[in-house]
Amino acid sequence: MFTQWQDFEPGRWMCEIDVRDFIQRNYHPYDGDDSFLSGPSARTRSLWDKCQELLRRERSRNGVLEVDADIPITINSHPPGYIDRDLELIVGLQTDSPLKRAINIYGGLRTSVRACRAYGVEPPSSLIDFFEKHRRTHNDGVFTVYTPEMRLARRVGIITGLPDSYGRGRIIADYRRVPLYGINYLIRTKEDDRDSLNKTMSDYSIQLRERISDQIKALQSLKEMAAAYGFDISQPAANTREAIQWLYFAYLGAIKEQNGAAMSLGRVATFLDIYIERDLEKGIINEEAAQELIDQLVIKLRLVRHLRTPEYSELFAGDPNWVTESIGGAGVDGRHLVTKNSYRILHTLQNLGPAPEPNMTILWSKNLPSPFINFCSRLSIKTSSIQYENDDLMRPLYGDDYGIACCVSAMRLGKESQLFGARCNLAKLLLYAINGGIDEMTEDQVGREMPVYEGEYLDFDQVMHRLKIQMDWLAELYVNTMNIIHYMHDRYAPENLQMAMHDSDVHYFMAFGIAGLSVAADSLSAIKYARVKTVRNECGIIRDFVIEGEYPRYGNDDDRVDELVVELVRMFIKYLKKYPAYRNAEHTLSVLTITSNVMYGKHTGTTPDGRKRGEALAPGANPLHGREEKGALAACNSVAKIPYKYARDGISFTFSIVPDSLGKSTAEQVNNLRGLLQGYFTKGGHHMNVNVIHPEVLKEAMEHPEQYPDLTIRVSGYAVHFIKLSREQQEEVIARTFYRRM
Amino acid sequence: MKGKIHSIDTFSTLDGPGIRTVIFMQGCALRCKYCHNPDTWAVESPDARDYEVKELMEVILKNRPYYEASGGGVTFSGGEPLLQHHFIKEIFKLCRQEKISTAYDSSLYISSQVVLDLIPFTDLVLADIKQINNEKSQLLTGAGNVLNLKNIRILNENKVRIWIRYVILPSWTDAYEDLEKTALFIRDLPQVERVDLLPYHSLGSHKWKLLDLEYQLHEVEPPSSNYLQELAQLFSSLSQRPVYLA
Repeated sequence: MFTQWQDFEPGRWMCEIDVRDFIQRNYHPYDGDDSFLSGPSARTRSLWDKCQELLRRERSRNGVLEVDADIPITINSHPPGYIDRDLELIVGLQTDSPLKRAINIYGGLRTSVRACRAYGVEPPSSLIDFFEKHRRTHNDGVFTVYTPEMRLARRVGIITGLPDSYGRGRIIADYRRVPLYGINYLIRTKEDDRDSLNKTMSDYSIQLRERISDQIKALQSLKEMAAAYGFDISQPAANTREAIQWLYFAYLGAIKEQNGAAMSLGRVATFLDIYIERDLEKGIINEEAAQELIDQLVIKLRLVRHLRTPEYSELFAGDPNWVTESIGGAGVDGRHLVTKNSYRILHTLQNLGPAPEPNMTILWSKNLPSPFINFCSRLSIKTSSIQYENDDLMRPLYGDDYGIACCVSAMRLGKESQLFGARCNLAKLLLYAINGGIDEMTEDQVGREMPVYEGEYLDFDQVMHRLKIQMDWLAELYVNTMNIIHYMHDRYAPENLQMAMHDSDVHYFMAFGIAGLSVAADSLSAIKYARVKTVRNECGIIRDFVIEGEYPRYGNDDDRVDELVVELVRMFIKYLKKYPAYRNAEHTLSVLTITSNVMYGKHTGTTPDGRKRGEALAPGANPLHGREEKGALAACNSVAKIPYKYARDGISFTFSIVPDSLGKSTAEQVNNLRGLLQGYFTKGGHHMNVNVIHPEVLKEAMEHPEQYPDLTIRVSGYAVHFIKLSREQQEEVIARTFYRRM
Repeated sequence: MKGKIHSIDTFSTLDGPGIRTVIFMQGCALRCKYCHNPDTWAVESPDARDYEVKELMEVILKNRPYYEASGGGVTFSGGEPLLQHHFIKEIFKLCRQEKISTAYDSSLYISSQVVLDLIPFTDLVLADIKQINNEKSQLLTGAGNVLNLKNIRILNENKVRIWIRYVILPSWTDAYEDLEKTALFIRDLPQVERVDLLPYHSLGSHKWKLLDLEYQLHEVEPPSSNYLQELAQLFSSLSQRPVYLA
């Protein structure tokens, strides 16, 4: 037994890697309120002031402070970096200087060079030459084997945002393993795993042996990285400060090795609380010191930066990193998992001010203690920086030690992983069904070739029949495309360090996604319940529609159309599952758009629901703006009908309301927001982003961005500094329904 | 039995405690000058829709988890909901069976028999006081306030929970003597739990135009927030009740 484990409740976690067992035996559920919390220390305030000055400079330089185009980033590529050594209790930066962005070439040479050029720097030609001649990158690998059909589908935007030119991310390493066990123990375990594969050399065992060997190397690199900062992380962490520092090093190594779109933190607050409680008990630290360490960890998480191309920002606006931390939830034994440290990490939104990162995610359970629910609701009203997900829905599937990757993707920590696959455009697919696979914008034959719909009026059964054919075509293409991407990602840009903090035998999900669900469903509803006349262009392609009569619209708790939404989701996951996924992954589906609903809309023609060509689609699973006529709950109830079992990768719903509409006093507002959330989750809802803000404030911020540097709002699945969105995206956010009472 | 319903809001937090489904009934006998829903006046309207009791109950029941989690329920508003009191009584009875809290928001310009009849099924009344002064009430609403005040007393005597609502319309309802008299009236009613002061706003004026009605308050400025704070304090100290500004 390690001496660092003294005073911990022993258990199976001492004999093998089992962080969950450690937590369950050692954590102290906290039922009290937030009155114990401390404000920021003087040291933290000074440090955060310095960071804010850096952030201001970053904003004034078009969002990028500095780019290092010379040294491709690896775990140990850059010497240690500091903000201010005297003020930092938790150390470590991605490069040698805060907010300086490095190039990660393994994901794609072309992408890296393009990103550099977008910010006026040029990588050395020797570097470009080396990668061109000697080392294929992920992006190059993918495009080497993409079929013409795949390239076309990508170009017209039926499938887009695929991680074929950026890091796939969405993998949550179990970073807690480093503080709990130390690197040496993790290496020994991996060596055992590798040695157990000594007998028959099949494709599987050869590949796995190679992967495990690379994972061990990555762990060694991480140890060296920490040593450069003056820490020996070969052994378990002995106290709170070490536990936070070890854990942060583990995360830092991961974001140096990978620039994945979403690099989530996992579920660390309650884990760390065990160390804090032990130190509080021993009198080594007090509450102020505990809060100070958490504040300082969060400062670091707010400074994570990757170099992105402008095209990337169109899909994922506002420079997000999805440093998602999942907080709360309940255990399978019925005890809630809220600790004092769940409060502390949320309290950083008050100590340091609102911010998009880390992506604070409350795992909502009816077992959560009431004071904690009130605290979260109050913070939501104050900061619009929190999202909520239904733990009671996820726990039966993922147990009680899962984390959320990105926005809404659940996975067991260290045991499950995801192969991320962006999304396809269902609204466009419906137009393919009508136009026989011809793209309505480019007039290319993209989908399965069929005659253009012949009648003057659209017939529901015929359109559905055609849609199924196109959906089957899309599902096959989508799965095959994903298989290529992830094969190449594994080959040329593997997440060695992150996978070193997983079990060696990992269960994979392949995560597909859809955008345009509400528009597709409303279109089908219009075809079914009203009369939709087709309008053709000179080539006979249907480019416009005339709707005669009324039809039920998604978002009004009307089963006639809500059932169409459910049917679309059910059909699509069924078709996807027909086609085998790489690594025997389990197919999952999300209804989530990030900010890409604007871009997808731009590339989608007029739809039979009356939405005009180029207009934005609704975000995530939201009803289209302005179509909810029966108030907020009717919209919530419509979304809650989408069964989680068909969309296991998550169903994102963004709820925006003006503060006064939640009630007159703060106490009323808190009560009503928690009632709204509890009601929504009781109805089976999966996820809710909550914004409590006046759209007038957003308009004001558009005109005077300099006065609103910290204004944070939640978009589909993440939070963002409002002023970092493009004008187009800002307008789309403002155009969304903000529930209010006239 | 059918009710004529102007519209339904599934998420209200301002019409009683918690999250409430608010049913706006069609039809009103008053003609308040500041009304922001004049489209609910007429007893018949092309925008209104008939609901069967069963049909409306289905809408109400859909949101039960939200009521339970927030302490909310159902509120009838309007228009003047009590013009359709038979319908409301049926719904309230069923709500009682379902343990859903019931409320109505009314001017109470209605026969006291109606009020008494509903009392066994009513958890809360949001009672408007338009004007404490009878003549001014006549000018403001087209009717005197005798029934209004009498009914509030009846509710009080029958131990029904009451929230008072009072619209601050500058130069029409904010004279000191009126405010004082109103507050003192309230002070003597133990069942009044709170007072909501509702600042006049002109957001409904476009509806008047659409209905070809002459809006007479174009000159009136909405009260400033400082002024409202002042009035709220005054009102609260005189009535000895919590006062909320909407």
